[in-house]
Amino acid sequence: MALKRLALGMIAATALSTVAAAQDSIYVPLLSYRTGPFGGSGVPIADGMHDYLRMLNERDGGIGGARLVIEECETGYDTKKGVECYEAVKGKNPVIVNPYSTGITLQLIPKAHVDKIPILSMAYGLSAAAVGETFPWIFNPPATYWDGASVFIKHVAEKEGGFDKLKGKKIGLLHLDAPFGKEPIPLLETFAREYGFELKLYPVPADKMQDQASQWLAVRRDRTDWIYNQGWGAMNPTAVKEAAKNNFPMDKLVGVWWAGGDDDARGGEAGGKGYKALNFHGVGADFPVIRDIQKHVVDKGLSKFPKDKIGESLYNRGVYNSMLIAEAIRTAQQLTGKKAVNAEDVRRGLENLDITEARLKEMGMEGFAAPVKVTCGDHNGHHKVYVAQWDGQKWTRGSDWISPMSEKVRPLLEAAAKDFAEKNSWPKRSEACDKRS
Amino acid sequence: MLYNVFVDPFVQMADMPDLLVQVLWEGTVAGVLYALIALGFVLIFKASGVFNFAQGIMVVFAALTLVGLHEKGVPALLALAITVGVMYALAWSIERVVLRPLVNQPDIILFMATFGITYLIIGLGEFIFGGRPKAMITDQLFLPRGAIDVHMLGGRVTFQKLDIAAAVIAGLMVLLLAVFFQKTRIGRALRAVADSHKAALSVGISLNQIWVVVWFTAGLVALVTGIMWGARSDVSFGLQIIALKALPVLILGGFTSVPGAIIGGLIIGIGEKMGEFYWGPLVGGGIESWLAYLIALIFLLFRPQGLFGDKIIERI
Repeated sequence: MALKRLALGMIAATALSTVAAAQDSIYVPLLSYRTGPFGGSGVPIADGMHDYLRMLNERDGGIGGARLVIEECETGYDTKKGVECYEAVKGKNPVIVNPYSTGITLQLIPKAHVDKIPILSMAYGLSAAAVGETFPWIFNPPATYWDGASVFIKHVAEKEGGFDKLKGKKIGLLHLDAPFGKEPIPLLETFAREYGFELKLYPVPADKMQDQASQWLAVRRDRTDWIYNQGWGAMNPTAVKEAAKNNFPMDKLVGVWWAGGDDDARGGEAGGKGYKALNFHGVGADFPVIRDIQKHVVDKGLSKFPKDKIGESLYNRGVYNSMLIAEAIRTAQQLTGKKAVNAEDVRRGLENLDITEARLKEMGMEGFAAPVKVTCGDHNGHHKVYVAQWDGQKWTRGSDWISPMSEKVRPLLEAAAKDFAEKNSWPKRSEACDKRS
Repeated sequence: MLYNVFVDPFVQMADMPDLLVQVLWEGTVAGVLYALIALGFVLIFKASGVFNFAQGIMVVFAALTLVGLHEKGVPALLALAITVGVMYALAWSIERVVLRPLVNQPDIILFMATFGITYLIIGLGEFIFGGRPKAMITDQLFLPRGAIDVHMLGGRVTFQKLDIAAAVIAGLMVLLLAVFFQKTRIGRALRAVADSHKAALSVGISLNQIWVVVWFTAGLVALVTGIMWGARSDVSFGLQIIALKALPVLILGGFTSVPGAIIGGLIIGIGEKMGEFYWGPLVGGGIESWLAYLIALIFLLFRPQGLFGDKIIERI
């Protein structure tokens, strides 16, 4: 009996593992986190990512005739669990891995180079990974954390009346005391020297995310003029609440795109009105692509996300992320002529990604996102973002699309990539660049 | 450097006395709330000699049940009453399924069992309520909002009405528990159980009944803690991390002392806020997490049993 069970189990396991290798299917694992202290932010993203890919399966039968095999692995936003997830999925021939955590991304960077699996850390992870010459397997479009911080400084300069007015100002970085939170510090330090403002750092330890009294009292003592919030999870609604409690002008508190969830601003209740956050995609359900998700996935009961919340900021973030995955696969298919592309093909697809306005319109994403172009040398693109503002009920556009200060950010990224390569005895790139990229 | 450590913080306190009062107040509020969490641990430790690892998740579960019921259309006060019932059912189930079969087992077995309870409640909570954060029903529970600005010492000190309410409610809760333990029959029985399971059983005390009472009381403390912390931030699984703040409080106050939990909570709350605000910038900030443990360890050098913990003398 036991032998029979074992045999049946082995047959089932073999059958499952061959699914990914089947000729007309493409295996796309999603490292997500629906549990733990950061689950509040992780759930809408995971559902947005899943629902877009599922919609492609339901509406189009997959991508270019190849069906997508979608599998989630729960990381709990824990680096150790994330690496375990990566190890668990890598044997199933994934064409791409989305770590969904800067900490996990940092651990996977060396592994991905050995395993030859492209890592898409969409607008998170190591900023220097934008340098394709050094990191051929890592991609972080549409903007790095350094781009985000530069847009914040540009926004402050605009509101203050010019870059020369930044001199003498106090600009604070309220950040999670973790790799993700610390990522923009080098850029802001460089800008502080260049523009003459004083940078104040307010680290929030993970176990103090919901008790930021000390940090906000320090803001009050320092008379900080502007705050950039590099926060995540439960830290964000608390930051908004504390800002309101301390009478900090809400329109001078600007979050990175990960601090721009609906629950983040809503958590601030009435005091949250006016809170700002960067964003690089549309919010709301009034886009053809979201309507297609509703029709082909939500209405059929295939989504786990509450119907009335479809279109919220972080849900759409997941949709945007999956759009990048899908377009990389589609581009890989065009480049190779194959239906069932592999990881190397998708890496090439990412390096040739060129999502134009026309293509966005075809996908039902006109006005939802700005065009994205990634090349062999530039794995990010340093694309435009905008400042969203909470009106008390929902996010609204608080600015036009703003270009990051690429001319300043790019040399710093290249220097950081060079430094990384030297310190880690990093191998030289051996992957050839496609002509069109 | 010596000036920055030993002089400058005190100059700042003298220069901005209003901010000093504000820091002390914030520390006091945090301390009272830490004390509430620590109380949950103390109750169960007193009754069973077990460090209840599940206390943090009980805070989350209680708050999620309350808010989740209200989201389903149950009026706030009825939801509160049902949540109290749910916490009783939880206590009863834990006693029946986990504790009763483990009577007289080594403490470490019971401790490990609380790990199991933790993960079970996490799974149950996520299954029922999902992982998304929820807002505490502050208004519906008649908790006050807004702030009182007091102009004093050449500046402004802000007292949030919610924080005042939290301090008052926590204070009342502590008072009730102290009376309960000292003056009631069940309280005395509980202390007997804490000393020795076997001896308590031999004089006719029902261990099972005491455990249900204690876990239920810890559940009520968790509910109050969840409401107060939830109103200050949100109700999410992130709240369970806050329970870690009880550890230095327990080290400091002793695992068996209700007054120890209160005094320990206040020392840790005020100490970490003062440390972060005045000395934190010297090392780049973010020192609160480990500073609490440092304070507790320094106290332990002088009182190994904690401030009010029982000094254990064993015959050999």
